[in-house]
Amino acid sequence: MNSGTPTKPWTLLILWAAACWQLGQPALAAEVQPVLVGVNLPMTGQVAAFGQMTWTGMQIAHNMKPEVLGRPVKLVLVDNKSDNVETANAASRLVMKEKTVAILGPSTSSQVMAAAPVSEGNQVPLVSATATNPIVTQGKKYVFRVCFTDPFQGVVAARYAYDKLGARKAAILTDISQDYAVGLAAFFRKEFERLGGKVVVQAKCATGDQDFSAQLGTIKAAGPDLLYLPNYYTEDALVARQAQELGLKAPILSGDGADAPELIKIGGPAVEGLAFTAHFHRQSASSALGREFLTRYDQARASGQLKEELTGFHALGAESYLALVDAIARAGSTEGAKIRKALAGTKDFEGITGRINIGPDGNAVKSATILKAVKGKFEFVTTIEP
Amino acid sequence: MDALQQLINGLTLGSLYALIAIGYTMVYGILRLINFAHGDVLMVGCYLAWFASAQFGLPWWVSLAGSMALTAALGMLIDLGAYRPLRSAPRISALITAIGVSFFLENLGLVIFGGRPKAFARPEIFNELYHWGGLRVLSLSVWVPLITALILAVLLYVLYRTRLGMAMRALSRDLVTVRLMGIDTDRVVAATFAIGSALAAAGGIFWAMKYPQINPLMGIMPGLKAFVAAVLGGIGNVVGAMLGGLLLGLAEILLVAWMPELAGYRDALAFVLLIAFLIFRPQGLLGEKTT
Repeated sequence: MNSGTPTKPWTLLILWAAACWQLGQPALAAEVQPVLVGVNLPMTGQVAAFGQMTWTGMQIAHNMKPEVLGRPVKLVLVDNKSDNVETANAASRLVMKEKTVAILGPSTSSQVMAAAPVSEGNQVPLVSATATNPIVTQGKKYVFRVCFTDPFQGVVAARYAYDKLGARKAAILTDISQDYAVGLAAFFRKEFERLGGKVVVQAKCATGDQDFSAQLGTIKAAGPDLLYLPNYYTEDALVARQAQELGLKAPILSGDGADAPELIKIGGPAVEGLAFTAHFHRQSASSALGREFLTRYDQARASGQLKEELTGFHALGAESYLALVDAIARAGSTEGAKIRKALAGTKDFEGITGRINIGPDGNAVKSATILKAVKGKFEFVTTIEP
Repeated sequence: MDALQQLINGLTLGSLYALIAIGYTMVYGILRLINFAHGDVLMVGCYLAWFASAQFGLPWWVSLAGSMALTAALGMLIDLGAYRPLRSAPRISALITAIGVSFFLENLGLVIFGGRPKAFARPEIFNELYHWGGLRVLSLSVWVPLITALILAVLLYVLYRTRLGMAMRALSRDLVTVRLMGIDTDRVVAATFAIGSALAAAGGIFWAMKYPQINPLMGIMPGLKAFVAAVLGGIGNVVGAMLGGLLLGLAEILLVAWMPELAGYRDALAFVLLIAFLIFRPQGLLGEKTT
């Protein structure tokens, strides 16, 4: 019934109940206290696939490294319902009530911006697996990420469009309610125009829109040779289908927000040939940790526990956990300020998607991959170094 | 040519709003209850049809009929559990209960079906593309207005040509008096909810065929838009709901097509229209003035 991950909302309820029960118990002096790590993810709502895939990856990573500083790590998951207000609430709950030492997640840029003030104000480091907008970490001391950023992703996409696809007249359809989409569209446009291409029309939509026929009608009239969709998977899939229905034949290029099995399930034949910039493909997992992660993922899939293809969200979810645990170990303490310092000094950490360096600005430097939907699967096209 | 295509796009969307709004407005017309759970009943209907066709491989019309029947039963169950105990309470209590039912169904959907969207298959008959000159029309877009008209005709027949319909219309005037006349009002109300819910399921299924993804929160926006459409047309008036739906669909598409820079305000447009109508023409296009 449920398409993929083992986590169902009632599992969250049980987890939550268990957490409450735990807090209600008098602490036994002899028992080792676990290190509580909060997880703030969209498990339901518009981008539920991101949250669920990321959570699956984190759980696998948690099994790989269940302890730090000689204490067990305990993950406390809260669903932010893909809603910015709920995301801020979830962050407050993790910090104030659950007393977690750090927070993993949220998934999207807008969500991280909503959660960031709580982390900043309480000195609780936040590590997002997948928020790519540059503003996410700007001017923040306690906000980190383990993925590349959109200025890089936009440039990669524009060069791929111009050089490899031979596009000269691009149309962009942006989801203006997502910071991610607005930012990525702008970075793509800048580079595409610098290369000599022209953006013939830039249309707008909003998260949750189902009908794009009006925008696509305008786009079709402008006659582009590329349609750039820097949005999330549901919108991308619906746009692709409606573009096909309206007879828009331009190839579609998208961003890492398209990287979910739903793109193919909903998009069907309409997304055939759709390419997107992504974080990861399994052949780029070359480190020891990466190979172990792949083995564990494949085992879980073979045993029927997991049902979907590995995506960048699984890998980055795992990576955010491993990078955080590594930082806590190096900090030698669960104090927020010390973890922060260790995180900011992450150097040559052999993660899952490759070697990670996190600068003082909180950003990781990483390569980008281009994937393409071919016959119902995401195929590897190329990797582009920063 | 492009303008014509946009008009077709608008009518396509509008007829879907109309289809959903008819059920919405019927329940209001008879019970004076704004059933905010309508959109969520629609969602349940979509999932039932999805299970029938994707899991059990039934043909689309069997899943449509089965889903409508089950959703009708759900409608009666909601009435029995949530609204009947409040029949004599002030109208506002029933309204608040409707919002409660709405939240309940949404969250129940999240628990049972999970938060990730499911792909809804479009049957072959609705998936054909017609080319007329430079225009492209999906066969679904041709069928939906026809189905809406058919449903409207059946509904009008039931309301104006059957004893049940007579009881419903009488009940809409004065529930207590109708009961004094020896009519089992609870049965009539249950029948109203059954019909309204079945219409919601039908509307939802065609919506899901056009926009082929379903999720537990999918009913919220179509539900609200159908409510706006019902008010534009004159709430309680089934023909008005159809007009209101078409008008709203056209207005939304033309706003995005002609004023692309305002595309983000598309949902706002629906509510601005709602407010404008409530201020300047509260009875809607076809509604009667209430005194």
